[in-house]
Amino acid sequence: MEWIENATADWFPLPIRRLPAVAIPAGAYDAKRGQYQSVEIMKMLAEQAPRDASRVLGVTDVDLAIPMLSFLFGQAQFDGPIAVVSLCRLHQEFYGLPAQQDLLRERTVKEVLHELGHTFGLTHCPDAKCAMSLATHIELVDAKAEQYCARCGMQLVRRFASQEGGV
Amino acid sequence: MKKHWPILVVDDEDVMCESMAAWLREDGYHVDTAPGGQRALELARATNYAICFVDLKMPGGMDGIETMMEIHRIRPEASVIIITAYATVDTAIQAMKEGAQEYIVKPCNPQEISMLVSRILKLKKLQSENAILRKKITRQYKHHDIITKNPRMEEILALTQDVSSLRSTVLIRGESGTGKELVARAVHYSGNRSEKPFIVVSCAALTETLLESELFGYEKGAFTGANAQAKGKFELADGGTIFLDEIGDISPKLQADLLRVLQERRFYRVGGTQEVEVEVRIIAATNKNLAEEVQQGRFREDLYYRLNVIEIRLPALRERREDIPLLAEHFVQRISSELGRDISGISATALKLLIAYDWPGNVRELENVIERAIVTCRNGMLDEPDFSWLQQTAGQPQNWEVPDVSLGELERRAIVAALERKHGNVKEASSALGIDRSTLYDKLKRYEIVH
Repeated sequence: MEWIENATADWFPLPIRRLPAVAIPAGAYDAKRGQYQSVEIMKMLAEQAPRDASRVLGVTDVDLAIPMLSFLFGQAQFDGPIAVVSLCRLHQEFYGLPAQQDLLRERTVKEVLHELGHTFGLTHCPDAKCAMSLATHIELVDAKAEQYCARCGMQLVRRFASQEGGV
Repeated sequence: MKKHWPILVVDDEDVMCESMAAWLREDGYHVDTAPGGQRALELARATNYAICFVDLKMPGGMDGIETMMEIHRIRPEASVIIITAYATVDTAIQAMKEGAQEYIVKPCNPQEISMLVSRILKLKKLQSENAILRKKITRQYKHHDIITKNPRMEEILALTQDVSSLRSTVLIRGESGTGKELVARAVHYSGNRSEKPFIVVSCAALTETLLESELFGYEKGAFTGANAQAKGKFELADGGTIFLDEIGDISPKLQADLLRVLQERRFYRVGGTQEVEVEVRIIAATNKNLAEEVQQGRFREDLYYRLNVIEIRLPALRERREDIPLLAEHFVQRISSELGRDISGISATALKLLIAYDWPGNVRELENVIERAIVTCRNGMLDEPDFSWLQQTAGQPQNWEVPDVSLGELERRAIVAALERKHGNVKEASSALGIDRSTLYDKLKRYEIVH
């Protein structure tokens, strides 16, 4: 959690609050697929979100999916308040490899920046090194840097210059 | 850019629609969703979707394949991707047979979907580029379509057919804009040379020496800058036709050179010592009265007779006014589709105006006038006000006195007069002057006209 808070504070000039853990609603579990529907989790986050938060980021260890796709690293409401990130497939263990804390931290930060970027209106970036580039498998996550490219970063700055108030 | 390619997701399950739409929106696409076939069709009528994801099994009403077929009826160019939870070979085959571009089984890998979408859009981009280019090419080749119901023009067209397969030189006379090049193309493309090159040389556009090397080519070192041998237009046209436009404007030396080519079908490249032989048909055109030029001693008589084997004299547009409605409608159709404007035609009163006008620039002027009217037209039909500027020119006497001043001063006076006539309305003044508003503003600044 600290990793996430540190990285978020670097990019977003907003107060950050850590809320107590909440249980995933039973309805989100898809027994056939052994995965959780991220849309249901996002709905739950939207219901429980404190009124004064401009953005709510859920972090989970369970494997996320939507009906159309076999898995997701995370999902966000485009230009909206809710985002969720799953660490499940960011662990080296998921790929049958020994655990690597540093790598997990890097991947988590990249995905958090990516999903929060969407909530602030950023779309996918063609620059593979930018946190906003679309990663459809773990190698693409690893190809990214733990930061936005200049263009996406500037877009965020402009956005904050014109409005906003706490993650 | 991605906004130009809207996407539709059709599925009875709300969570499927919303999650898929959200995922695509993250990629920057404009995405709409529909819970069933009926709603999908309503949306497709309003929006030209590039891609439609359609679930195969939807309870009640239309299933995925029916929905796809209806979407195709409304938007034949939309790519439909059928989604299903159960992959069976039969349904896959049926969906593809009925025109699905792809068939995917959910849940699928995120990479698969993102590659699929970008592949389809790449194809769409190529297709639309291709369509634009093709339109341009057809336009070029269609130029030998001559539209007329004027008996004299019909005679001329019949004559072009008769002489198309001969090698005799043709001389086309007519005012500028009457379609001399079109007739030359008609002669070339309807004869036995149609597969061979048709080369156009505008003789008035070049100086004597340039025109000489343009026509006959040059050898390496013939003059400064001649770094390599170059073929001239006569050589390039070998086996085909060379069209010498504005032949009345060439110098006496070139007249002599040309006469030699006409007589012997042989020439030297500039700076060359070896003769080049060609088999070329020559079609020449002029807006001058060459017979008179001969009498005045400005054009060689022997060349004139060599060129004037078959003479075609094109009537001015004002001598074939019955063609004006026909041509106008044709231009409206062609230009509005090229510009992507939805213009249904020309009103009867506007047509009357066009028929009454004298058209000093002939068909070319008519084409330009219509293009301009289409650009500025606000309704679906070209009407009198769209040609109001034309009326003013038409009403003016042809032989007005030109004051003895510089061109710039003349322009300045014209602008001031137009502004006065239009009570200072820049939009109307610019339209009366036949220039656009920004050009008028530039000129106001340049002439320091306080407006």
